[in-house]
Amino acid sequence: MQWGSVSEFFAMGGYGLYVWVSFGVTALCMCGEVLAVWRRHAAAVAETRDGSLGG
Amino acid sequence: MGINWFKYSSPQAFHPLAGKMIPWFSVAAGLLIIIGLYIGFFVAPTDFQQGDSYRIIFVHVPAAWMSMFLYVIMAAWAGVGLGLNARPSFMMAQAIAPTGAMFTFIALLTGAMWGKPTWGAWWVWDARLTSELILLFQYIGIILLRAAIDDLRRADRASAVLALVGVVNVPIIYFSVRWWNTLHQGASVSMTASPKMATTMLTAMLIMTVGFWMYSFAVTLARVRCVILDRERQPMWGNQTSIQEVAEAR
Repeated sequence: MQWGSVSEFFAMGGYGLYVWVSFGVTALCMCGEVLAVWRRHAAAVAETRDGSLGG
Repeated sequence: MGINWFKYSSPQAFHPLAGKMIPWFSVAAGLLIIIGLYIGFFVAPTDFQQGDSYRIIFVHVPAAWMSMFLYVIMAAWAGVGLGLNARPSFMMAQAIAPTGAMFTFIALLTGAMWGKPTWGAWWVWDARLTSELILLFQYIGIILLRAAIDDLRRADRASAVLALVGVVNVPIIYFSVRWWNTLHQGASVSMTASPKMATTMLTAMLIMTVGFWMYSFAVTLARVRCVILDRERQPMWGNQTSIQEVAEAR
């Protein structure tokens, strides 16, 4: 491992901003998509159940 | 009432099958991405030219590959749908588009984050970047065209034709670094030459790519389940007959 300390790791040799924005936005997009699909599925299941109960 | 009607046509049969596959793909995605990040940040050494800014490659290249792979897969499903007039194929194409658009956005954004420290510019209008930006517009166009047409069958066919025509852009993106002079570096990995990267860097990048594949499988299967449920609530047979009534009539 090439990191001497935690702050060295987060500094990324001076490129911390670029590296962490890249990984952070990627993580946000992917987690956000999972959450959005999850909620859409829950809503679709709920509506389908209501629909078939109501005829 | 209940789940019985899932058996009566292929989208309904596919819904529970997709439900069984999603957890496996999700677990595989999670594990591979964690392993890929570990190798990428703790095993792979600092690049002697680019310093640690090169580590953006571990999301940038997998995301850019996924943006192209997913477009080709979406266009293939669209083509199958048009050829066989198969509703499940159109549903798959519909489910893939948002994930493809997301990976295209990630590829462009992480590219800007990498371009600034290495080229001194967030963005340049060169062939690779411009054609990838056009890919994002294509995804958005396909999604919006579908949303703009109320008739589901017409929406399916129109967006499928648009997806198929647009597939011409994928080889343009891929070969752009060879066909035109560009700031963008050439392919790090190609079918014909040995990789121009250290083994640990390449390993991390490939593991991340497989992880993104697994993620894409999981999330598009989950979305196609939503599409199936949403569509089966629509009146598909002209009148107001519900799918439950059709199922009971058989």
